[in-house]
Amino acid sequence: MDISLIVDNWQLFAEGLWNTVWLVSLSLLIGGLLALPLALAQAYQIPVWGRLSFWFSYSFRGTPLLVQLYLIYYGLGQFEFIRESFLWIFLREAYICALIAFSLNSAAYACEIIRGAICQVPQNLIETAHAIGMSDFQIMRRIVVPIAYRRSIFAYSNEVIFMLHGSVLASTITIIDLLGAGRKLNAKYYVTFEGFLTAALLYMAIVSLISLAFRMIEKKYSIER
Amino acid sequence: MDVLLEYLPSVMGGIWTTIGLALASVMLAIFFGIVGASFKLSRNLTLRTIGGIYTTVIRGIPDLVLMLILFFGGQIMINELGDATGLWGYVEISPFLAGAFTIGFIFGAYMTETFRGAYLAIPAGQIEAAQALGIVPASYLRRIIWPQIIPHALPNFTNNWLVLMKTTALVSIIGLQDLVYNANQAGRASREPFLFLMVSFVVFLGLTILSDIGLRRLSRRYSSR
Repeated sequence: MDISLIVDNWQLFAEGLWNTVWLVSLSLLIGGLLALPLALAQAYQIPVWGRLSFWFSYSFRGTPLLVQLYLIYYGLGQFEFIRESFLWIFLREAYICALIAFSLNSAAYACEIIRGAICQVPQNLIETAHAIGMSDFQIMRRIVVPIAYRRSIFAYSNEVIFMLHGSVLASTITIIDLLGAGRKLNAKYYVTFEGFLTAALLYMAIVSLISLAFRMIEKKYSIER
Repeated sequence: MDVLLEYLPSVMGGIWTTIGLALASVMLAIFFGIVGASFKLSRNLTLRTIGGIYTTVIRGIPDLVLMLILFFGGQIMINELGDATGLWGYVEISPFLAGAFTIGFIFGAYMTETFRGAYLAIPAGQIEAAQALGIVPASYLRRIIWPQIIPHALPNFTNNWLVLMKTTALVSIIGLQDLVYNANQAGRASREPFLFLMVSFVVFLGLTILSDIGLRRLSRRYSSR
């Protein structure tokens, strides 16, 4: 192990760290925004949309993220109409492809978490709200969704860590994320452990930060069962 | 369709490799899980600490990073050890073995939690009663604890297996010719990447659906007893 190698190349790891952090945060944000309407469509069994949402969520949870990423990055270029459309400006960028794949994947998992939580909202709360004359939409917005969100916190913390772990796949499509930085260092100096172990330690540090943050959020917002 | 037929043997070969790898990994994971759980439940502080470190470290590091460390690093360490002791010459680890070992080791940590949780779900009174009757530990572990651990562990085991199957896709990155690797190669050679990646997407989805139905049926059989 040559520590000076890692110290000398700290900028490489800083770049990797930054790319990992923004890729994961943005994917979680987009995924989270998509997840609520998808979960509601399923929980309220809205015709067509409910079924579509189920199959979207099931198939993105039932297949490897690597395959989803390859499908978007390598697969879409096969079609001439995509290569000739304005979309190609975005779709030929590895960053955008990774962002799309991670966001859809995260939406699928978050959708399942929220759907489960919505279905577990006690029926008597909804009946009470009906009895005092709230409309269905009001009940959804004021009772069902807030309770479901607060009950999802623990499961969602696992999804965040899972997304961070999944984001290392970005390095397979040329992106310099944390693992990408490690691989680049290894290739440049012909070493094995320095790059990978540094990346591993930094990932572990982020995971503990996430766990800590969620423990604080949970303390503040979660409701005892 | 002709293209699909042309590459069918290679894709089929990939499917068998993926299934074989998943089965080999899950066996190893069960083994590591049982060892890990008995460490974590042990009265010995050292063993408990080792078990704790094992599950925390694995949860903290992304699977691909661990796989790269074990595949490239493990190779170097084994050869340096061989050089130093003179016991063996140059050894090259096969990607299949490295993949199965790494995936088994990673999911062993998740299985540790599964088995530990299942063990703790058994009322302590049963063990005390067995002790009071003078039944030796080897005997009550086999005849009282173990039969109850299986139904308790089954739901979590199902989850772990579904995730494990998808994780096998990562071995394509270290060069094992599994389903993803072969589909990707076929896609490049035929210039139809979307088609072949879609095939691997559908196959993984099929494997997930089959396991889902099969394991759910098994779990229903146990719970109806």
